[in-house]
Amino acid sequence: MPEPKQPEKLIDEKGLRIDGRRLDQLRPIKLEVGILDKADGSAYIEQGKNKILAAVYGPREAHPKHIALPERAVIRCRYHMAPFSVDERKSPAPSRREMELSKVIRESLEPVVLTELYPRTMIDLFVEILQSDGGSRCAGITAASLALADAGIPMREIVAACAVGKIEGKLALDLSDAEDKYGEADLPVALVPNSSMITLLQMDGSLTPSEFERGLGMAVEACKAIHSMQREALKKKYHEIKEVVEEKEESEVIA
Amino acid sequence: MLLAEPKHVVAPGELLAEGDHLLGDNAYRIGTQIFSACVGLFEVDGNRVTVVPLKGGYIPRVGDLVAGRVIDIGLSGWTVDIRSPYLAMLPASETPGPRGPRRRDLSTTFDVGDMMLSEVLAFDRTRDPLLTIKGPGLGKISTGRVVEISAAKIPRLIGRKGSMISMLKNETGCQITVGQNGIAFVWGKSPENERLAVEAIYMVEREAHTRGLTDRIREMIAKSNVVGEIARTQTA
Repeated sequence: MPEPKQPEKLIDEKGLRIDGRRLDQLRPIKLEVGILDKADGSAYIEQGKNKILAAVYGPREAHPKHIALPERAVIRCRYHMAPFSVDERKSPAPSRREMELSKVIRESLEPVVLTELYPRTMIDLFVEILQSDGGSRCAGITAASLALADAGIPMREIVAACAVGKIEGKLALDLSDAEDKYGEADLPVALVPNSSMITLLQMDGSLTPSEFERGLGMAVEACKAIHSMQREALKKKYHEIKEVVEEKEESEVIA
Repeated sequence: MLLAEPKHVVAPGELLAEGDHLLGDNAYRIGTQIFSACVGLFEVDGNRVTVVPLKGGYIPRVGDLVAGRVIDIGLSGWTVDIRSPYLAMLPASETPGPRGPRRRDLSTTFDVGDMMLSEVLAFDRTRDPLLTIKGPGLGKISTGRVVEISAAKIPRLIGRKGSMISMLKNETGCQITVGQNGIAFVWGKSPENERLAVEAIYMVEREAHTRGLTDRIREMIAKSNVVGEIARTQTA
């Protein structure tokens, strides 16, 4: 399959992007929690055309034993793209890029997890990209932190992530695949909202200092919006059961 | 000042309270504000704010009653899986029988795969948990049904002052022993009674965060008993 052609314009006359979004608009996001039975915690995210599954195991006995630390739990993370997640078949073997993303995802989540509560153990985190559409590291972080929370692992906060980029000279939120490829810059950010801590900040392309500052502001706002969706998704699982059983009871009382 | 609704589900990082509160489990403080550290039910007990987790594994505590499965036999004891990140040891000195290494064949007491009910004798951050089977009711379990649920739901299964578990025992007519690590043993007079008790335990796990659960379970058991009665009279 040939590489998708470069679109003529990334922004049209009305100031809308190729998928019809405004420059400061996120792609539609769907979040689900606890969709895998066998994992201790899991989450699924759809952000635009991204489809990502995150699963968490642990804390469990550290294996191999020599990776265990005496004072805290170790977190291992694997970011992996399925062979069918991109236009051309991707080799399932871990690539340089996947290893880098595994590392940055781990490092963006490590500061919020209370690892000191579980010395000598290990927490495994799997981020599986089923379909990729740009910004998958951010969507991966968003899903992975939800999966950690779903596993009941004590953590300070849920981490939200979002990217900002520059296309045709203008700052744009949450780049899609084409915008990422043919745009001028990409700036992924992960935010711990309550403590205003940034746990991921990367950039490729170039931005002026003032653009960077404005872009960072846009990303932080977007992360906060995503964070409230995460919270909702996390509680929804429990609210659904609660509503069903408590409603049934109420209707029985009336009858 | 409470800033979240008590008895409601809270997410990690959610602001729970501000000011002079005592810090309970699964909560942490920044300045004067108290936040939740896991998904769970927000509980207020006097001045203490805690979050009762809805999920999570078992972390041993000294004195806990735990159910375990033998996975290996060593020279002077057994390695026991107690469904926690740490493998437990049951030393031969904590079982009845002659002392000292190689004085007896340990597999005659516990073989690999045997289930046991034991107590956590010692555990801290640096060492794996030690178990003991010295005590009333402790030891090998070779009959009954094994029910595994999430360890986080055990407090709910026991209930306030044991209300839930004693109701379950009375209504199903089964003997039930609950390990803090999420394994329960059920002994009943008939397979039906046991099935009913197991079902009820799973129901507690599924609906642990809802109100009026004890009553709902009592009702479920009563209903099943009636249905069972009808089935029996029809087949007779």
